[in-house]
Amino acid sequence: MITTGALTKRYGERVTALSDLTVDFPAGVTGLVGANGAGKSTLIKILLGLLPATSGTASVLDLDVRTEGRAIRELVGYMPEHDCLPPDVTATELVVHLARMSGLPTTAARERAADTLRHVGLYEERYRAVGGYSTGMRQRVKLAQALVHDPKLVLLDEPTNGLDPAGRDDMLALIRRIGTAFGISVVVTSHLMGELERVCDHVVVIDGGRLMRSAATAEMTGRTEQLTLEVSERSEEVAARLVAAGVSVRPVGSLLELAPVSDETYDLVRDVVAELDAGLVRLARGRHHMLDLFRDGAP
Amino acid sequence: MSGTGGQGGPRAGAIHDIGYRHYDGPRLGLGAIRQSLAVHSLRGNFGLGRTARSKVMPILLLVIMLLPALVIAAIVALTDADKLPVRYPAYAINLQVVVTVFLAAQSPQSVSRDLRFNVISLYFSRPLTRRAYVDAKLAAMSGAVFVLTALPLLLLFGGAMLAGMPLWSNLRGLGEGLVAVAVLAIVLASIGLTVAAFTPRRGIGVAAIVAALLILAAVAGIVQGISRDQGSRAGAGWAGLMSPYSLVDGVRVWLFGGPSATVAGPPGNAGGLVFALVTVALVAGCYALLLVRYRRVTVS
Repeated sequence: MITTGALTKRYGERVTALSDLTVDFPAGVTGLVGANGAGKSTLIKILLGLLPATSGTASVLDLDVRTEGRAIRELVGYMPEHDCLPPDVTATELVVHLARMSGLPTTAARERAADTLRHVGLYEERYRAVGGYSTGMRQRVKLAQALVHDPKLVLLDEPTNGLDPAGRDDMLALIRRIGTAFGISVVVTSHLMGELERVCDHVVVIDGGRLMRSAATAEMTGRTEQLTLEVSERSEEVAARLVAAGVSVRPVGSLLELAPVSDETYDLVRDVVAELDAGLVRLARGRHHMLDLFRDGAP
Repeated sequence: MSGTGGQGGPRAGAIHDIGYRHYDGPRLGLGAIRQSLAVHSLRGNFGLGRTARSKVMPILLLVIMLLPALVIAAIVALTDADKLPVRYPAYAINLQVVVTVFLAAQSPQSVSRDLRFNVISLYFSRPLTRRAYVDAKLAAMSGAVFVLTALPLLLLFGGAMLAGMPLWSNLRGLGEGLVAVAVLAIVLASIGLTVAAFTPRRGIGVAAIVAALLILAAVAGIVQGISRDQGSRAGAGWAGLMSPYSLVDGVRVWLFGGPSATVAGPPGNAGGLVFALVTVALVAGCYALLLVRYRRVTVS
C-alpha cells in the first residue's frame, strides 16, 4: 500500500522530522505509533503529496508522492488530527460538498454522504449545524468526510484524540470495521500503543523520525502475551498447580501473570480453579504488551 | 485479534448491518471540482446552504440594493416618464456603501472561515489545487457582487420598458451598465478576498475592507471636489484612480464614452488607458498575492 525508501525530512538545518525511514505498510489496518513529535503527521503529509521530502522516496498505491500527489489524493481519504469543521453548516451539507470536492457527481455525492454518515453513526444529528456537536460527533464527521469518496486507503491522524473511553472504543471498533467489512486499508496514528494493538494487523513504531519496529501485531505481541488471573482464595495452590502443568507463573501483588497464552492455558485455568474451588475474580489478557516491548528497547 | 463486529454494542451493530457499498461511478476532474466549489461558494455568499443567521446580512443588503431600483421602476412605469431619473452605470456607484458593506461582510465569510476553522485542510487533502481554490473563490465573489449590482439594473430596464421608453437607447445603457458592474465585481472581489485571506479573524477582515474602501472613496471624492473647485478638471480625473468605484467608472467612460458618474472622468483617451491598465494591474496583483498566500497555507 505504502512504501518509503530512506525518506528524510528536515526543516532547516537543525530540525529533522523524519530520518532515513524505510518501511512498508501492508494492506489492512496498520498502526503508526510514536510519541508526539515523532514524525507521524509529517509522514502523512508527505504521503499525501502535500509536503516535499528532503530526500528519499515514497509511493502510495504505487503512485509517486513527488509527481502524482493529485492522483493519490483522489484515491486516499485523510482525517486530520486537529479540528477542521466549519460551524455554520450541517454535517450532511458539509459531507456532500466534500464528496463533490473529491470529484463525485451531485447525485452520487448525496447518496454516498447519507450512507457514510450512517456508517459512522450519525443519524438525526446530521441535519443540525456542526457548531453544536460534541467531540465524539465531530470526530465522526471528520471520519465520514475521509470515507465519503470510497477511497482505497484512509489516513487517520489520532482519531481517538479527545474522546472519552466509550467514544474511544466506538471509534476503534469503527476503524476495525473500515479495514475488514468496508475493505478499505487504514493507516491510523496514535501515541498510545495499547489501543492500537486491538484493531491493527500491523504496527509501525517510529521515534524521533526513525523507524523503531515494523511487524505484524500478532508477532509483536505474541512473544510477551500473558494472562492476568485473580482468584479470591487459595492463590498459591492455584499457582503451584499451574506451574506443575508447565505454565509460567509470575505473582504480581495479588494477581498472577501467566504465559504462554493458548487455548490449553484457558482450559487449564478453568479446570484448576474449578477443582480447587478458588473463586475466579478476573481472567484477562494483558493490555500493555507493546508498550512494555518498546520500553525494554527490544529490537 | 478479535475485532469482527459486535463489540460496539447493539446500537453500533444495528448501524453497521446496513453494509458498506463501494462506489464505482465516475470521478470528475479538476475542472468540475473547481466549478462545483465556485457554485457552492456563490451560494454561500448569499448564505444559501448555511444557517439562517448567515442569510440575514447578505439578503438584507440585496433587498436594500434592489429597493430604490424597484421604487424607481414602479414610479417610472406608473407615470409613463420618458427618462429614467438615474443612469444605468451610475446606480451601483450611488449605492456604493451598500456594495462595500456586502463585500466586507461576505469576503471573510468566504475565505477567512476556511482558514480560521482549518477547513482548508479538508480541501487541500483532496485533488483540488491551490490555484483552483483561488480561482473558484474569486469567481464566486465576483459573481455575487455582479448579482448584487446587475439585478437592480434589470429592474430599471423593466421599468423603462413598461413606461414605453425607447428600446435601443435603454438597451445600450443597460449593456454599458452591465459591463461596468462586471468589471467592478471582479475588481472588488479581488480586493475583498485578498484582504480577507490575510486576516483570518473575521471581524478584522470586515473592518479592514469597509475602512479601506470607504476611506479610499471618501478621499477620492474630496480630492476630486477640491481639484474641480480649483479649476483642474484633469486633476479631478486623476484623483478617480484612488477608489475602485471611480477607477472602474473611468474605464467605462474610456470604453463607451458618456459622462462620468463621479465628479470627473479620466482626462482624455490616454487617461482612460491608464485607468484600464491600473485596473488590470490591480486585479493581477491581488491574484498573485492570493496565490502566494495559499501556497504558504499548510495542511494540518
